[in-house]
Amino acid sequence: MNMQNCRAVYGETLVELGRENERIVVLEADLGKTTMTKLFEKEFPGRFFEMGIGEQNMVSVAAGLALCGKIAFVNSFAVFAAGRPYDQIRVSVCIGKVNVKIIGSSCGLSDFGDGATHQGIEDIAIMRAIPNMTILSPADGIETKKIVRAAADYQGPVYIRIIRNDVPDVTEESQEFKIGRPSVIREGTDVTVFAHGYMVYKALKAAETLEKQGISLRIVNVSTLKPIDEEAIKELADGVRGIVTVEEHTIIGGLANAVAFVLRGWAIPIETVAIQDCFGQSALSYEELLEHYGLTDKAIIKAAKRVLG
Amino acid sequence: MPVSTDKIAELERISKKLRYDIVMMIGAGKPGHLGGSCSIADIVTVLYFHKMRHNPKKPKWPDRDRLLLSKGHAALAQYAALAECGYFPKKELGTLKELGTILQGHPEMRRTPGIEAYTGSLGQGLSVACGMALAGKLDKKDYKVYCIVGDGEIAEGQIWEASMMAAYYKLDNLVAIFDKNLVQATGPIVERYDTNPHGEKWKAFGWCVLEIDGHNIKQIADSLDEADKVKGKPVMIIANTVKGKGVPFAEGKADFHHGIMTQEQYETARQLFEDDCK
Repeated sequence: MNMQNCRAVYGETLVELGRENERIVVLEADLGKTTMTKLFEKEFPGRFFEMGIGEQNMVSVAAGLALCGKIAFVNSFAVFAAGRPYDQIRVSVCIGKVNVKIIGSSCGLSDFGDGATHQGIEDIAIMRAIPNMTILSPADGIETKKIVRAAADYQGPVYIRIIRNDVPDVTEESQEFKIGRPSVIREGTDVTVFAHGYMVYKALKAAETLEKQGISLRIVNVSTLKPIDEEAIKELADGVRGIVTVEEHTIIGGLANAVAFVLRGWAIPIETVAIQDCFGQSALSYEELLEHYGLTDKAIIKAAKRVLG
Repeated sequence: MPVSTDKIAELERISKKLRYDIVMMIGAGKPGHLGGSCSIADIVTVLYFHKMRHNPKKPKWPDRDRLLLSKGHAALAQYAALAECGYFPKKELGTLKELGTILQGHPEMRRTPGIEAYTGSLGQGLSVACGMALAGKLDKKDYKVYCIVGDGEIAEGQIWEASMMAAYYKLDNLVAIFDKNLVQATGPIVERYDTNPHGEKWKAFGWCVLEIDGHNIKQIADSLDEADKVKGKPVMIIANTVKGKGVPFAEGKADFHHGIMTQEQYETARQLFEDDCK
């Protein structure tokens, strides 16, 4: 499978957008070498603003820029981008649907080395609670590019999760991305697996293994966490014998909650693969950390078997 | 432009009208941010009726000067001024905080013509103003961004993030006015949480600092003109003010940060302004 680095794709896409649209401005909190906004800074130094290590000011400044017609991309690690300026995102940006894009880079456990302080595992829960926010979580490099472009075209606040590491392509280049619409990555008949981010790949691996055992998984990439397309979720959950949700996020407030809420009242078993209500920690590799917190294809296989009884 | 004696007299009359409207908006028996609104009434008057380039018929005119209240709770002063300018009918002032009103407890730009942002969660307005000033630089526009900050508000760390950023980006199109009314919600600042010294702090953060009597129309107007001459730095005008200024029973009182006027107090204030505004 072709591998791509999502933050590199993000940085390149931002440069493309910068070339196409003068209104694009980029704000950074001293992590540009990692978030890859350094590419935009190099090509458009006049539209790149280093805000120092001050995320709260950065978000409100972005709101001011957006209120004067700019499309402002605010960058930091997911843990800081969603966590530190929560109230600035709420008040300066979201109440007035101001055109600011918050980029949560190195999301989930993807910053494996830096430990719990740097691992954004509750960012979706925080962002989901804020009215007017749109939340996007690309599964791979192909989708990262489409999502960043869609966010720039969309008028209003958007939060985007960006994976730090190289991940395999799982989506199709030809598939159009539309905010809100989940996409079926693999058809199946026994269990529907709703996943987002890198976990879509893990779900695909689980589906391949289970196919050999005669169990068929439908894999759905829910790259828009908010607004959740209730009708599509119901349609894709209909006719199977069980549901599994998978995400690189705490079990509280993310996709698991969103899907369970949509399917409330349904007589269908639902299992959840997510980080339990606990913090991360350092590890020497991303995969080692994912395995420690149970975010593996094996865990998805077990969950699928559990819902089938 | 230097402010004439006649203009000063006119502005003084307008500021009294704004205070009258503030008192009327709050009314008797209901809480309202009387103190902080009255302390900035003269500053707001000079900005809207003398200094700022703006057009009430075109609130979204891209080249307008902008005023943001980082201390958003003082919105009543801005609402009164906007109504007086004609941004919306004066009768709207009577709907303050009613369900569905265009005049919320704190400024909301999508609801109120002439309001520029969402402020009132303290510390944020100055940063938003910085973003607007930065956009002005980027677009090579000559509008000014004015922002009123409170002396209690500067305990918010975000204020200092913004102050560093404004100096670093040389935002000389940003003029902040520091409403030094000496009183926060729970008491005098020096007793509750002393944020002094003020001028030294802003200077150290790279701002040009001016200091005035925030109730002296001429000093306010002159300092705003002086701010226009400053290049390469943001300007902070420290305005020494009195919380509740113009409403005798409320002056200097923390209880009137968000206080309730008795019927008697309300009538006293109303009578005072009605006599004054005649």
